[in-house]
Amino acid sequence: MIRRILSTAGIEFRIALRNRWVTIAVVMMALFALVLSAAGSAPTGALGADRLSVTVASLTSLSVYLVPLIALLISFDAIAGEVERGTLPLLMTYPVTRGEVLLGKLAAQLGVVALAVVLGYAVAAVAALVTDPAAAEGLPALWRLIWTSTLLGASFLALGHAASCLARRPSGAAGMAIGLWLIFVVLYDLGLLVAVVGDDGGVFTKQVFPWLLVLNPADAFRIYNLASSDAVGAATGLGGAAGSIAAWKPLLSLILWPVGAALLARAAFGRVQP
Amino acid sequence: MTILTLSNLTKRYGAQTALDAVSLSIEPGERIALLGHNGAGKSTLMKLVLGLIAADGGRIKVGGHAPGSTGARGLTAYLPENVAFHPALTGREQIRHYLRLRGEDAGRADELLARVGLADAARRRIGTYSKGMRQRVGLAQAIIGAPRLMVLDEPTSGLDPISRRDFYTLLDELAAGGTAVLLSSHALTEVEARTDRIVILSQGKMVATGTLPDLRAKAALPLVVHLMPEAGQGEAVSAAFPEAEMNGVGLSLTTPQAEKLALVARIAALGGKVSDFEILPPSLDDIYTHFSREGAR
Repeated sequence: MIRRILSTAGIEFRIALRNRWVTIAVVMMALFALVLSAAGSAPTGALGADRLSVTVASLTSLSVYLVPLIALLISFDAIAGEVERGTLPLLMTYPVTRGEVLLGKLAAQLGVVALAVVLGYAVAAVAALVTDPAAAEGLPALWRLIWTSTLLGASFLALGHAASCLARRPSGAAGMAIGLWLIFVVLYDLGLLVAVVGDDGGVFTKQVFPWLLVLNPADAFRIYNLASSDAVGAATGLGGAAGSIAAWKPLLSLILWPVGAALLARAAFGRVQP
Repeated sequence: MTILTLSNLTKRYGAQTALDAVSLSIEPGERIALLGHNGAGKSTLMKLVLGLIAADGGRIKVGGHAPGSTGARGLTAYLPENVAFHPALTGREQIRHYLRLRGEDAGRADELLARVGLADAARRRIGTYSKGMRQRVGLAQAIIGAPRLMVLDEPTSGLDPISRRDFYTLLDELAAGGTAVLLSSHALTEVEARTDRIVILSQGKMVATGTLPDLRAKAALPLVVHLMPEAGQGEAVSAAFPEAEMNGVGLSLTTPQAEKLALVARIAALGGKVSDFEILPPSLDDIYTHFSREGAR
């Protein structure tokens, strides 16, 4: 089983390399990280935080948008592409299960996301360490940002696989991927904002809102990174809001989302007739 | 032990019956050709055997396993019609992957590719291959690990005559080693001498099965005779064969197989009035068309 998953992952990673997805993802992350670290240089002294912690705070806000986008871009074609090329029927006559196929693809694509995240953040980290000797204090926050970004990526990769299975055509899957990104990353927060404003500090804001924030993997990612680091919280001015939620809640959400989304993708794949 | 058994296999797509109560069994080492027009049910039958789609009635056993089960998949190899691969991978990478999926040594990829004549192209991307080369990659993956049952959907389409001969030679070797082969084609001429049994499907029904001589006898198609009269003897010959039709160069008529000798005697009786004659047995396509039409009725 492991051998089949690894072989699938190896072949998928090679395809991602040749399709330039690896290059695109890495360059995208690195460019944005570089721009952010250049733009974030001004307020450092006033906040009393080291340079790297400030950079991590900016990167957190960036990753909430960029990591899900990259993950969905890489993953939407996974099954729909096989259906369109006509490669799925042959694969399904091999002694490999659908779960193994999905896990292999997920592993390879997670490798691409992790690579992009590590290289992109490294660019920003190096820039911070070079200009501020105290920046090493921010390294734990950077490490946390890296693995939570990878978990966030895993959630959206698996969601992309589910969309790919449900749509069965690359064009439809691409549309669904864009829809997922808009809903999870943009519309969800807008909706919550509207609700909170309308509620004006009532039961919804105090009881329901924190849970709703944690339920969305993108928000859970943001809250966890902000709540875990005082420096990051101070730098963004959101420490108070994030601090009201215990850190284990968003962490659990970040861990459960990839698992749940992968199970969803497996169920959707089961309904695809090769 | 029988490797593949189909009993009363039925598949419907809405109101249309794609496969209607087909029963068939294949022994190890047997080569069976599945013939039929487009839409006759060949691909449907194969996909049912592979477990890619589910039957609406009847039973399938692949070496005692249910179709599509891990046991059945381990015994079966498949070559789809118009086989496709990811264009960004090289032939070598693709075959290595397939070897690992079957639990075989990935190092055998080069040997398999050489066996189908792709040794030189192994390191090139499949996207640069011709249709015939892709078909060979498909064939290379189908012979991984000496499968007990090979299901080949129109395997010779896209192959030139020499490649086709190589393909059948390879098939003979596999069959000699005990591999059962189920292959489909839409032309009897392509499969005639290379298969042990022929199964003709028409509109989802099995209309004929047997060896080629069996089918020839069962069809009992008449012989076609062409007569060429000597110059100026056209009317005399025509009078001797009133059933014949005149055409541009001579006369043509048909006669049942059993009256072949009697006919030759009649021609001989005309002596010098006939300059030449031909007796043509029914062609393979005639036989195939005969059974296909019969099923359509």
